[in-house]
Amino acid sequence: MDVLLIDPRDNVGVALVPLAAGDCLRVGGAGLRSLGAIPFGHKVALRDIPAGEAVIKYGEVIGRAKVFITRGSHVHVHNLESLRGRGDLA
Amino acid sequence: MRFWGYERPDGSVGTRNHVLVLPTVACANHIAGSIATLVAGTVAIAHQHGCTQMGDDLEQTIRTLAGTASNSNVYGVVVVGLGCEAISVQEVASAMRDSGKPVRVLIIQERGGSLSATADGARMAMDLSQQASMLRRVECSVGRIILGTECGGSDACSGLSANPALGWVSDRLVEMGGTVLLAETTELIGAEHILCRRAAGKDVEQALMAAIRKTEGRALASGLDLRGTQPTPGNMEGGISTIEEKSLGCVHKAGSSVLQEVIPYAFAPSKRGLVMMDTPGQDIEQLSGMVAGGVNVVIFTTGRGTPAGSPIVPTIKISSNTALYKAMRDNIDLDAGTVLTGQDSVDSLGQKLLDELLEVCSGKLTKAELLRHSDFAIHRTGPTF
Repeated sequence: MDVLLIDPRDNVGVALVPLAAGDCLRVGGAGLRSLGAIPFGHKVALRDIPAGEAVIKYGEVIGRAKVFITRGSHVHVHNLESLRGRGDLA
Repeated sequence: MRFWGYERPDGSVGTRNHVLVLPTVACANHIAGSIATLVAGTVAIAHQHGCTQMGDDLEQTIRTLAGTASNSNVYGVVVVGLGCEAISVQEVASAMRDSGKPVRVLIIQERGGSLSATADGARMAMDLSQQASMLRRVECSVGRIILGTECGGSDACSGLSANPALGWVSDRLVEMGGTVLLAETTELIGAEHILCRRAAGKDVEQALMAAIRKTEGRALASGLDLRGTQPTPGNMEGGISTIEEKSLGCVHKAGSSVLQEVIPYAFAPSKRGLVMMDTPGQDIEQLSGMVAGGVNVVIFTTGRGTPAGSPIVPTIKISSNTALYKAMRDNIDLDAGTVLTGQDSVDSLGQKLLDELLEVCSGKLTKAELLRHSDFAIHRTGPTF
């Protein structure tokens, strides 16, 4: 298993090995192609996630998409923002 | 299930039997350190505080120092003061929990300076250390364990392997009458609803939410994005993108038990079972707060790797991934990366961790102890004047 789906509600999976662009993955019974290099432990989008939509891991909200995130993309600080402790928005 | 521990006069149980040389003010650090270097069986804790503080900040510093001295892993204490500081030795000695342990007081200005103060303090420490050496471990119930849980230098695996295994151990300890401390309030932001569902009562839920609001309020008042410091740069390199994601991994350490109580920094729990202490996420301030609150052993999970260890409480280090275990074998006691590869289940690794916990509580030295890691920091809530 290269990508872990923690909870069936999740829209991201966790790379259990470093992934390269073009890698074919099977996650929760579905096929998926990695769109870029994704380091060990980092997240890959399992579905298209429109900007502003919640990113779900552990079956819980971990933040929201800053931009449109295409299925198979690396999901991290460049396209996912926190909703908590945001003094910059307060 | 039982372990071998040191029974104290107040009925608490130690997993270690240290003589502590405790400066009440930064000015006494060097002499306290010299005493501990001279006398076998002693440990000194250096810190930067103890003078020109006031209000809550002063109280919290006194409580942390006195709580550390009261910890059941300490046989007796030599408290070292300068003589003109805001936090006097008498104040720390009288703030100690009524533990019945021997306490000796040394004031540098009354002893004629460094050399004679060091010699006098060393004689006090020799006396206590010899007394301590005559104590024998006795069989104790697992219910006497007060476990501090901690994660530091987390990565995305922490919430998948090491923290769930620690949660399994937390649940077993609580079932057997033990006490488990969860802390790191910052790292519950975004996971508070999970703990609220398990709060023993409305008051516990309100106390938990108040602690989280206070911590998040500090971030909001700063005008900055918390993500400038939480998650840390290392957390992010390890795959954690937001504080919510970090918290949802952290909260696994608490297992699935009922949350009995929420206590302030460096307070002793008044209940058994799962208790939350309101501490920052900063590793050493958290560790020191839990030690002052009376934990007699700590399990510390890490994904990036940390050598941290308390000077008086054994700190068992668990890696969340096997690459880290291989890279920092000198610091890591047990690898939880086997959960990710399928070699272990959370339950089977939890059982190994529980076995290790009982060995360590009975005297097995942890890697942090073998390498004399001795980390201590007090969470300050106000400025120095």
